[in-house]
Amino acid sequence: MFNRRNMLLAASTAVVAGLVAGAPARAEDTVKIGLIVPMTGGQASTGKQIDNAIKLYMQQHGDTVAGKKIEVILKDDAAVPDNTKRLAQELIVNDKVNFIAGFGVTPAALAAAPLATQGKVPEIVMAAGTSIITERSPYIVRTSFTLAQSSTIIADWAVKNGIKKVATLTSDYAPGNDALNFFKQNFTAGGGEIVEEVKVPLANPDFAPFLQRMKDSKPDAMFVFVPAGQGGNFMKQYAERGLDKTGIKVIGPGDVTDDDLLNNMGDAVLGTVTAHLYSAAHPSQMNKDFVTAYKKAFNNRPGFMAVGGYDGIHLIYEALKKTNGDTNGDKLIEAMKGMKWESPRGPISIDPDTRDIVQNIYIRKVEKVDGELYNVEFATFEAVKDSGKTKK
Amino acid sequence: MTAPSDVSTSAMASARWRPSEFAFWILVLACAFLFPSRYLIMTDILRLALFAMSLDLILGYAGIVSLGHAAFFGVGAYSAGLLALHGIINEPVIALVAAGLVATVLGFLTSFLVIRGVDLTRLMVTLGIALLLEALAERFSNITGGTDGLQGIEMQPILGMFAFDMFGKTGFFYSLIVLFLMFLLARRVVHSPFGLSLRAIKNNPLRAAAIGVPVNRRLIAIYTLAAFYAGIAGALFTQTTALASLDVFAFERSADLMLVLVIGGTGYLYGGLIGAVVFKMLQELFQTITPQYWLFWIGLVLIVIVMLGRERIHRWVLFVPNLIIRQLFGRKAVVAVPESDAS
Repeated sequence: MFNRRNMLLAASTAVVAGLVAGAPARAEDTVKIGLIVPMTGGQASTGKQIDNAIKLYMQQHGDTVAGKKIEVILKDDAAVPDNTKRLAQELIVNDKVNFIAGFGVTPAALAAAPLATQGKVPEIVMAAGTSIITERSPYIVRTSFTLAQSSTIIADWAVKNGIKKVATLTSDYAPGNDALNFFKQNFTAGGGEIVEEVKVPLANPDFAPFLQRMKDSKPDAMFVFVPAGQGGNFMKQYAERGLDKTGIKVIGPGDVTDDDLLNNMGDAVLGTVTAHLYSAAHPSQMNKDFVTAYKKAFNNRPGFMAVGGYDGIHLIYEALKKTNGDTNGDKLIEAMKGMKWESPRGPISIDPDTRDIVQNIYIRKVEKVDGELYNVEFATFEAVKDSGKTKK
Repeated sequence: MTAPSDVSTSAMASARWRPSEFAFWILVLACAFLFPSRYLIMTDILRLALFAMSLDLILGYAGIVSLGHAAFFGVGAYSAGLLALHGIINEPVIALVAAGLVATVLGFLTSFLVIRGVDLTRLMVTLGIALLLEALAERFSNITGGTDGLQGIEMQPILGMFAFDMFGKTGFFYSLIVLFLMFLLARRVVHSPFGLSLRAIKNNPLRAAAIGVPVNRRLIAIYTLAAFYAGIAGALFTQTTALASLDVFAFERSADLMLVLVIGGTGYLYGGLIGAVVFKMLQELFQTITPQYWLFWIGLVLIVIVMLGRERIHRWVLFVPNLIIRQLFGRKAVVAVPESDAS
């Protein structure tokens, strides 16, 4: 019996040793992008949109830039930061990627930051929206947004439009706290009053007990931030609790009415006013073409995550053009600083001082257009910087 | 019936180091030098192996099923993280032991709940404890960092000499040494009279009690020890990744652990180690092939493993080695099931 067991041990170790693959060699004429996004788990829709958008961009613009072939290596981190860190490390060390990109949630982006610094590899943040991210490494550039951008704008709008009392409901994690603090700061400065403040656990999508408290505090409006994927669930429970009939308006950053889920939220969502960077209904020709192409390729409407990915890959392409295919991390970052371009969301640029995105923030109201629910833009705040940093 | 002297002879015989065990560890060490670019995934495997060994101690030897082993892993992870973050204990090895001890205390306290029930109750109780701790960690987010996790953990060099590097080399050897020492300890424990009495309890608690084995005390002892192991695994996780977030308590972590033991087998200590290797390699393989649908393939493989039975797969895997052995040494072929009842 013991011998058999011994053999089994030896054999299984041998098999496993054979399984471990060696690192592939680096080809001089390819530029590798390690794309780390959640493709499974609760944040999967973020990863899928970004992946789709990048595929679309590469279809439209070809896969060679400045004489180099672009290769995207997709990895799933399920939004768990230690996975992100390991994957980023392996991509940089083994696959010798020239960029790491993606990052569905803030902790994931932060986990990869020290690696970007050590490896001198540009980290393109395409989704995560906490202000501090770009301060964690000089190699981080963001093409998504910050919560401060949209939260301050919606606060200013609320003050101007006669909303006096607001109850807040935000997810209890870094972006949620950012959203809450920036909203509160601008709203109370403008004379508004916060009557109830509720933080919802990120991992617990049951809003019912929290909504009851919202209802009882009788505010003019409720400020809501939940991550994009939870918006549908929130709206469902909002309607179930009858809050849509109490006249309490929902306002907030646009995550709650993400285009990805918006059309299935039902009529309870009508009239919700949000401030955000992108709406699929943005009336530019470029956006119309983008939405048509995206719908055709993936049979779904693009959301702001898709736009973050689309602009992220565009930034990489343009930076490579500018450096003539040089993949030195410092040169690429220099090339990206101050870059301006027209995106499906409107004109955007990279702030040369903070490497964060500068973009228009639109105030939108959910309306029915051709039988489908859309965020229809009705006011624009131009070239908004991340106030999380400008205030310092 | 067997005389006591025979029992001890048999116990000592089974405790002897066998050539294949040497081969196993030499192979593990060889991997360290063969795949210098894969330190991170290998470190991941080592941590999982240690964690699985912890569950094996209670499941394979004492027959306690647990779906909440991540509780101790998480407590170890957060303890190590907090110790490093607030500079309470800067030296990683001491912090590792300290974090393990915190988990041990929790293991001891909760063991009284666990010994009260039988299998189904135990599943629920262990699961409940893990969920409870996860909720607490979320509630006290000012201490634990909540969903964002502990940010800014910086690890000091091990013993003041070996700094953690970007390629994970230090982390790997550190984990390997810890795993090996912990393995030696576990090996000593399971082959001791104490270990033998656990097996008696596993096979028949009533009879074990009848021959004078203090069943509850033994179960408490092994459960506490297993908690120490899981705590060390958790602390190792934090120290090698410089991260600790809520998912250390996640149910998936406990469930994965069961899968590891399903693959590797229980009750011979190597089950967790082999299971961890196979599980992680499968995961890595499928994730590379299809980042979107890898969960499907993992699920399929697990079903196949269960349907076919480990024994049959082992037989197939061992077919070629057996053939060689038969040809070379003329010995009887070796096909075996590594289960606890083998000895």
